[in-house]
Amino acid sequence: MTPRCRYVLRLADTNLVLAQRLGEWVGHAPALEEDLGLANVSLDLLGQARLLLAHAGVLEGRGRGEDELAYLREESEYLNLTLVEQPNGDFGDTMVRQFLFDAWQAALYDGLAHCRDAALAAIAAKGAREAAYHLRYSSGWVERLGDVTPESHARVARSLAALWPFTNELFADDEVDRTAAAEGLGLLPSTLEPAWSAQVEGTLARATLARPAPAPYGWYGKQGRHSEHLGYLLAEMQSLRRAHPGATW
Amino acid sequence: MNNEHDWPLYEIFIRAKSGLDHKHVGSLHATDARMALEHARDLYTRRQEGVSIWAVRSTDIVASDPAESDAFFEPARDKVYRHPTFYDIPDEVKTL
Repeated sequence: MTPRCRYVLRLADTNLVLAQRLGEWVGHAPALEEDLGLANVSLDLLGQARLLLAHAGVLEGRGRGEDELAYLREESEYLNLTLVEQPNGDFGDTMVRQFLFDAWQAALYDGLAHCRDAALAAIAAKGAREAAYHLRYSSGWVERLGDVTPESHARVARSLAALWPFTNELFADDEVDRTAAAEGLGLLPSTLEPAWSAQVEGTLARATLARPAPAPYGWYGKQGRHSEHLGYLLAEMQSLRRAHPGATW
Repeated sequence: MNNEHDWPLYEIFIRAKSGLDHKHVGSLHATDARMALEHARDLYTRRQEGVSIWAVRSTDIVASDPAESDAFFEPARDKVYRHPTFYDIPDEVKTL
Protein backbone atom coordinates (compact mmCIF):
# COMPACT_ATOMS: atom_id res chain seq x y z
CA MET A 1 0.00 0.00 0.00
CA THR A 2 1.48 3.34 -1.05
CA PRO A 3 2.00 6.16 1.49
CA ARG A 4 -0.62 8.18 -0.37
CA CYS A 5 -3.20 5.42 0.09
CA ARG A 6 -2.26 4.90 3.74
CA TYR A 7 -2.58 8.63 4.35
CA VAL A 8 -6.17 8.64 3.04
CA LEU A 9 -7.02 5.41 4.86
CA ARG A 10 -5.93 6.95 8.18
CA LEU A 11 -8.37 9.80 7.68
CA ALA A 12 -11.11 7.39 6.63
CA ASP A 13 -10.61 5.06 9.60
CA THR A 14 -10.47 7.93 12.07
CA ASN A 15 -13.84 9.18 10.82
CA LEU A 16 -15.40 5.72 10.68
CA VAL A 17 -14.37 4.73 14.21
CA LEU A 18 -15.57 8.00 15.71
CA ALA A 19 -18.87 7.74 13.81
CA GLN A 20 -19.35 4.26 15.29
CA ARG A 21 -18.56 5.53 18.80
CA LEU A 22 -21.05 8.39 18.50
CA GLY A 23 -23.63 5.98 17.17
CA GLU A 24 -23.45 4.14 20.50
CA TRP A 25 -25.14 7.16 22.07
CA VAL A 26 -28.33 6.80 20.06
CA GLY A 27 -31.13 6.16 22.52
CA HIS A 28 -28.91 6.97 25.51
CA ALA A 29 -28.18 10.70 25.28
CA PRO A 30 -29.14 12.94 28.24
CA ALA A 31 -31.92 14.60 26.22
CA LEU A 32 -33.84 13.76 23.08
CA GLU A 33 -32.37 16.84 21.39
CA GLU A 34 -28.82 15.67 22.15
CA ASP A 35 -29.65 12.22 20.81
CA LEU A 36 -30.35 13.82 17.44
CA GLY A 37 -27.38 16.16 17.70
CA LEU A 38 -24.93 13.31 18.31
CA ALA A 39 -26.50 11.19 15.58
CA ASN A 40 -26.17 14.09 13.13
CA VAL A 41 -22.45 14.43 13.87
CA SER A 42 -22.04 10.68 13.59
CA LEU A 43 -23.74 10.57 10.19
CA ASP A 44 -21.69 13.51 8.90
CA LEU A 45 -18.51 11.68 9.87
CA LEU A 46 -19.78 8.44 8.38
CA GLY A 47 -20.59 10.18 5.11
CA GLN A 48 -17.06 11.56 4.94
CA ALA A 49 -15.65 8.14 5.88
CA ARG A 50 -17.47 6.48 3.00
CA LEU A 51 -16.04 8.96 0.48
CA LEU A 52 -12.56 8.58 1.96
CA LEU A 53 -12.74 4.77 2.02
CA ALA A 54 -13.90 4.65 -1.59
CA HIS A 55 -11.04 6.97 -2.54
CA ALA A 56 -8.53 4.82 -0.62
CA GLY A 57 -9.88 1.76 -2.42
CA VAL A 58 -9.24 3.40 -5.79
CA LEU A 59 -5.73 4.45 -4.74
CA GLU A 60 -5.00 0.93 -3.51
CA GLY A 61 -6.02 -0.48 -6.90
CA ARG A 62 -6.90 -3.97 -5.65
CA GLY A 63 -10.61 -3.69 -6.24
CA ARG A 64 -11.60 -3.25 -2.59
CA GLY A 65 -14.57 -0.95 -2.09
CA GLU A 66 -15.75 0.90 0.99
CA ASP A 67 -17.54 -2.15 2.43
CA GLU A 68 -14.56 -4.49 2.12
CA LEU A 69 -12.31 -1.89 3.72
CA ALA A 70 -14.71 -1.10 6.54
CA TYR A 71 -15.92 -4.59 7.41
CA LEU A 72 -13.18 -7.01 6.45
CA ARG A 73 -10.00 -5.54 7.89
CA GLU A 74 -8.51 -6.62 11.21
CA GLU A 75 -7.69 -4.38 14.12
CA SER A 76 -4.01 -4.05 13.20
CA GLU A 77 -5.00 -2.98 9.68
CA TYR A 78 -7.07 -0.11 11.03
CA LEU A 79 -5.14 3.15 10.91
CA ASN A 80 -7.30 5.53 12.97
CA LEU A 81 -6.00 7.93 15.59
CA THR A 82 -6.09 6.35 19.05
CA LEU A 83 -8.10 9.26 20.46
CA VAL A 84 -11.28 8.40 18.58
CA GLU A 85 -11.44 4.75 19.67
CA GLN A 86 -11.54 5.72 23.36
CA PRO A 87 -14.82 4.71 25.03
CA ASN A 88 -17.67 7.19 25.26
CA GLY A 89 -17.53 7.40 29.06
CA ASP A 90 -20.01 9.97 30.33
CA PHE A 91 -21.44 12.77 28.20
CA GLY A 92 -18.58 15.08 29.25
CA ASP A 93 -15.95 12.53 28.19
CA THR A 94 -17.64 12.26 24.80
CA MET A 95 -17.82 16.03 24.36
CA VAL A 96 -14.17 16.58 25.32
CA ARG A 97 -13.07 13.83 22.92
CA GLN A 98 -15.26 15.38 20.24
CA PHE A 99 -13.96 18.87 20.85
CA LEU A 100 -10.27 17.84 20.73
CA PHE A 101 -11.04 15.99 17.50
CA ASP A 102 -13.21 18.68 15.88
CA ALA A 103 -10.60 21.39 16.43
CA TRP A 104 -8.07 19.13 14.72
CA GLN A 105 -10.35 18.16 11.84
CA ALA A 106 -11.40 21.75 11.16
CA ALA A 107 -7.74 22.75 10.77
CA LEU A 108 -7.02 19.63 8.71
CA TYR A 109 -9.86 20.16 6.22
CA ASP A 110 -9.03 23.84 5.79
CA GLY A 111 -5.57 22.81 4.63
CA LEU A 112 -6.51 19.69 2.67
CA ALA A 113 -9.07 21.62 0.63
CA HIS A 114 -6.07 23.03 -1.28
CA CYS A 115 -4.03 19.85 -1.70
CA ARG A 116 -3.09 18.40 -5.11
CA ASP A 117 -5.24 15.28 -4.72
CA ALA A 118 -8.42 16.62 -6.38
CA ALA A 119 -10.73 13.99 -4.87
CA LEU A 120 -9.33 14.47 -1.38
CA ALA A 121 -9.53 18.25 -1.75
CA ALA A 122 -13.21 18.00 -2.72
CA ILE A 123 -14.00 15.75 0.25
CA ALA A 124 -12.17 18.17 2.56
CA ALA A 125 -13.96 21.21 1.14
CA LYS A 126 -17.33 19.56 1.77
CA GLY A 127 -16.26 18.28 5.16
CA ALA A 128 -14.92 21.66 6.28
CA ARG A 129 -18.42 23.08 6.60
CA GLU A 130 -19.55 20.08 8.62
CA ALA A 131 -16.46 20.20 10.81
CA ALA A 132 -17.01 23.89 11.53
CA TYR A 133 -20.49 23.10 12.83
CA HIS A 134 -19.30 20.11 14.86
CA LEU A 135 -16.70 22.34 16.48
CA ARG A 136 -19.33 24.92 17.34
CA TYR A 137 -21.46 22.20 18.95
CA SER A 138 -18.72 20.45 20.94
CA SER A 139 -16.90 23.62 22.02
CA GLY A 140 -20.22 24.98 23.28
CA TRP A 141 -20.64 21.93 25.49
CA VAL A 142 -17.08 22.08 26.82
CA GLU A 143 -17.61 25.74 27.73
CA ARG A 144 -20.94 24.99 29.40
CA LEU A 145 -19.75 21.99 31.38
CA GLY A 146 -16.55 23.74 32.42
CA ASP A 147 -18.25 26.88 33.59
CA VAL A 148 -21.64 25.86 35.01
CA THR A 149 -21.39 23.96 38.30
CA PRO A 150 -18.47 22.77 40.49
CA GLU A 151 -19.55 19.19 39.80
CA SER A 152 -19.55 19.59 36.01
CA HIS A 153 -16.28 21.55 36.13
CA ALA A 154 -14.52 18.84 38.13
CA ARG A 155 -15.81 16.06 35.92
CA VAL A 156 -14.98 17.73 32.61
CA ALA A 157 -11.51 18.60 33.95
CA ARG A 158 -11.01 14.89 34.64
CA SER A 159 -12.19 14.06 31.10
CA LEU A 160 -9.70 16.54 29.68
CA ALA A 161 -6.82 15.15 31.74
CA ALA A 162 -7.67 11.58 30.73
CA LEU A 163 -7.95 12.30 26.99
CA TRP A 164 -5.12 14.83 26.65
CA PRO A 165 -2.34 12.21 26.30
CA PHE A 166 -3.97 11.00 23.08
CA THR A 167 -3.56 14.41 21.43
CA ASN A 168 0.19 13.90 20.88
CA GLU A 169 -0.61 11.56 18.03
CA LEU A 170 -2.66 14.22 16.22
CA PHE A 171 0.53 16.16 15.44
CA ALA A 172 3.14 13.40 15.18
CA ASP A 173 4.68 13.21 11.69
CA ASP A 174 5.90 9.87 10.36
CA GLU A 175 7.21 8.60 7.03
CA VAL A 176 3.72 8.24 5.53
CA ASP A 177 2.87 11.85 6.37
CA ARG A 178 6.19 13.17 5.12
CA THR A 179 5.88 11.36 1.78
CA ALA A 180 2.26 12.45 1.23
CA ALA A 181 3.06 16.04 2.23
CA ALA A 182 6.17 16.20 0.04
CA GLU A 183 4.05 15.30 -2.98
CA GLY A 184 1.38 17.85 -2.04
CA LEU A 185 -1.13 15.05 -1.50
CA GLY A 186 -1.50 15.52 2.24
CA LEU A 187 -0.58 17.72 5.18
CA LEU A 188 2.19 17.32 7.71
CA PRO A 189 0.29 16.78 10.99
CA SER A 190 2.70 18.96 12.95
CA THR A 191 1.64 21.97 10.85
CA LEU A 192 -1.89 21.72 12.28
CA GLU A 193 -0.78 22.25 15.85
CA PRO A 194 -0.76 26.08 15.99
CA ALA A 195 -4.34 26.46 14.71
CA TRP A 196 -5.52 23.63 16.97
CA SER A 197 -3.78 25.10 20.00
CA ALA A 198 -5.30 28.53 19.41
CA GLN A 199 -8.80 27.04 19.18
CA VAL A 200 -8.32 24.77 22.19
CA GLU A 201 -6.87 27.48 24.40
CA GLY A 202 -9.68 29.90 23.56
CA THR A 203 -12.36 27.37 24.41
CA LEU A 204 -10.61 26.13 27.56
CA ALA A 205 -10.26 29.73 28.75
CA ARG A 206 -14.01 30.32 28.30
CA ALA A 207 -14.64 27.00 30.05
CA THR A 208 -12.35 28.10 32.94
CA LEU A 209 -10.31 24.95 32.35
CA ALA A 210 -6.51 24.81 32.38
CA ARG A 211 -4.61 23.29 29.48
CA PRO A 212 -3.04 20.05 30.75
CA ALA A 213 0.73 19.61 30.69
CA PRO A 214 2.14 17.81 27.65
CA ALA A 215 2.03 14.04 28.03
CA PRO A 216 5.42 12.33 27.84
CA TYR A 217 4.42 9.34 25.73
CA GLY A 218 2.78 8.72 22.40
CA TRP A 219 0.17 6.49 20.82
CA TYR A 220 0.45 4.82 17.44
CA GLY A 221 -3.06 3.94 16.30
CA LYS A 222 -2.40 5.42 12.88
CA GLN A 223 0.35 2.83 12.46
CA GLY A 224 -2.04 0.03 13.44
CA ARG A 225 -1.00 -0.28 17.12
CA HIS A 226 -4.14 0.41 19.11
CA SER A 227 -5.40 0.70 22.65
CA GLU A 228 -7.40 -2.24 24.00
CA HIS A 229 -10.71 -0.63 23.03
CA LEU A 230 -10.68 -0.83 19.23
CA GLY A 231 -11.06 -4.62 19.01
CA TYR A 232 -14.41 -4.58 20.79
CA LEU A 233 -15.69 -1.74 18.63
CA LEU A 234 -14.72 -3.53 15.41
CA ALA A 235 -16.18 -6.83 16.63
CA GLU A 236 -19.56 -5.17 17.08
CA MET A 237 -19.36 -3.09 13.90
CA GLN A 238 -18.24 -5.99 11.69
CA SER A 239 -20.23 -8.87 13.19
CA LEU A 240 -23.22 -8.69 10.85
CA ARG A 241 -21.13 -8.53 7.71
CA ARG A 242 -18.88 -11.36 8.85
CA ALA A 243 -21.80 -13.57 9.92
CA HIS A 244 -23.77 -12.95 6.72
CA PRO A 245 -21.35 -12.31 3.84
CA GLY A 246 -23.01 -10.53 0.95
CA ALA A 247 -26.18 -9.72 2.90
CA THR A 248 -28.20 -6.82 1.52
CA TRP A 249 -31.17 -4.81 2.76
CA MET B 1 -33.30 11.60 29.95
CA ASN B 2 -34.34 12.85 33.36
CA ASN B 3 -32.56 16.21 33.09
CA GLU B 4 -34.69 17.27 30.18
CA HIS B 5 -37.38 18.65 32.42
CA ASP B 6 -34.97 21.13 33.99
CA TRP B 7 -34.19 22.65 30.62
CA PRO B 8 -36.30 25.63 29.51
CA LEU B 9 -38.58 25.26 26.51
CA TYR B 10 -37.92 27.30 23.37
CA GLU B 11 -40.31 27.93 20.49
CA ILE B 12 -38.65 27.62 17.09
CA PHE B 13 -39.43 29.64 13.98
CA ILE B 14 -37.91 28.81 10.59
CA ARG B 15 -37.67 30.94 7.45
CA ALA B 16 -37.91 28.53 4.54
CA LYS B 17 -36.23 30.88 2.08
CA SER B 18 -35.33 34.52 1.71
CA GLY B 19 -38.34 36.79 1.46
CA LEU B 20 -40.74 34.49 3.30
CA ASP B 21 -41.85 34.90 6.91
CA HIS B 22 -40.50 32.88 9.78
CA LYS B 23 -43.05 30.16 10.58
CA HIS B 24 -43.52 28.38 13.87
CA VAL B 25 -42.34 24.77 13.47
CA GLY B 26 -42.32 23.42 17.02
CA SER B 27 -40.51 23.60 20.32
CA LEU B 28 -37.52 22.02 22.02
CA HIS B 29 -35.55 22.01 25.27
CA ALA B 30 -32.18 23.74 25.64
CA THR B 31 -30.11 25.13 28.49
CA ASP B 32 -29.38 28.42 26.72
CA ALA B 33 -29.98 30.40 23.54
CA ARG B 34 -26.92 29.07 21.73
CA MET B 35 -27.96 25.48 22.38
CA ALA B 36 -31.52 26.27 21.30
CA LEU B 37 -30.25 27.37 17.87
CA GLU B 38 -28.06 24.28 17.54
CA HIS B 39 -30.85 21.93 18.52
CA ALA B 40 -33.22 23.73 16.16
CA ARG B 41 -30.71 23.33 13.35
CA ASP B 42 -30.38 19.61 14.07
CA LEU B 43 -34.08 18.96 14.63
CA TYR B 44 -35.81 21.17 12.09
CA THR B 45 -33.41 21.90 9.20
CA ARG B 46 -32.06 18.41 8.47
CA ARG B 47 -33.73 18.38 5.07
CA GLN B 48 -32.94 21.92 4.00
CA GLU B 49 -36.14 23.31 5.47
CA GLY B 50 -34.67 26.68 6.31
CA VAL B 51 -32.23 29.53 5.82
CA SER B 52 -32.86 31.29 9.12
CA ILE B 53 -33.88 30.28 12.64
CA TRP B 54 -35.50 32.25 15.44
CA ALA B 55 -35.66 30.81 18.94
CA VAL B 56 -37.83 32.37 21.64
CA ARG B 57 -38.17 31.26 25.25
CA SER B 58 -41.71 29.90 25.53
CA THR B 59 -42.19 31.84 28.76
CA ASP B 60 -41.52 35.08 26.85
CA ILE B 61 -44.49 34.57 24.57
CA VAL B 62 -47.69 36.34 25.63
CA ALA B 63 -50.67 34.26 24.53
CA SER B 64 -54.40 34.89 24.45
CA ASP B 65 -56.42 32.82 26.90
CA PRO B 66 -58.55 30.07 25.28
CA ALA B 67 -61.18 30.73 27.99
CA GLU B 68 -61.56 34.24 26.64
CA SER B 69 -61.80 33.23 23.01
CA ASP B 70 -65.50 34.19 22.80
CA ALA B 71 -64.76 37.72 23.97
CA PHE B 72 -61.74 37.97 21.71
CA PHE B 73 -62.95 36.42 18.49
CA GLU B 74 -66.74 36.02 18.50
CA PRO B 75 -67.49 39.72 17.76
CA ALA B 76 -65.76 39.47 14.37
CA ARG B 77 -67.91 36.56 13.26
CA ASP B 78 -71.04 38.49 12.21
CA LYS B 79 -69.22 41.42 10.58
CA VAL B 80 -69.06 40.05 7.06
CA TYR B 81 -68.81 43.61 5.71
CA ARG B 82 -65.20 43.60 6.86
CA HIS B 83 -64.46 41.15 4.04
CA PRO B 84 -64.06 43.00 0.71
CA THR B 85 -66.55 40.73 -1.09
CA PHE B 86 -69.16 43.33 -2.07
CA TYR B 87 -67.33 44.92 -4.94
CA ASP B 88 -67.99 44.20 -8.61
CA ILE B 89 -64.69 43.35 -10.15
CA PRO B 90 -64.34 44.17 -13.88
CA ASP B 91 -63.55 41.06 -15.92
CA GLU B 92 -60.35 42.62 -17.23
CA VAL B 93 -58.87 42.65 -13.73
CA LYS B 94 -57.19 39.30 -13.29
CA THR B 95 -55.00 39.50 -10.27
CA LEU B 96 -56.88 41.43 -7.61
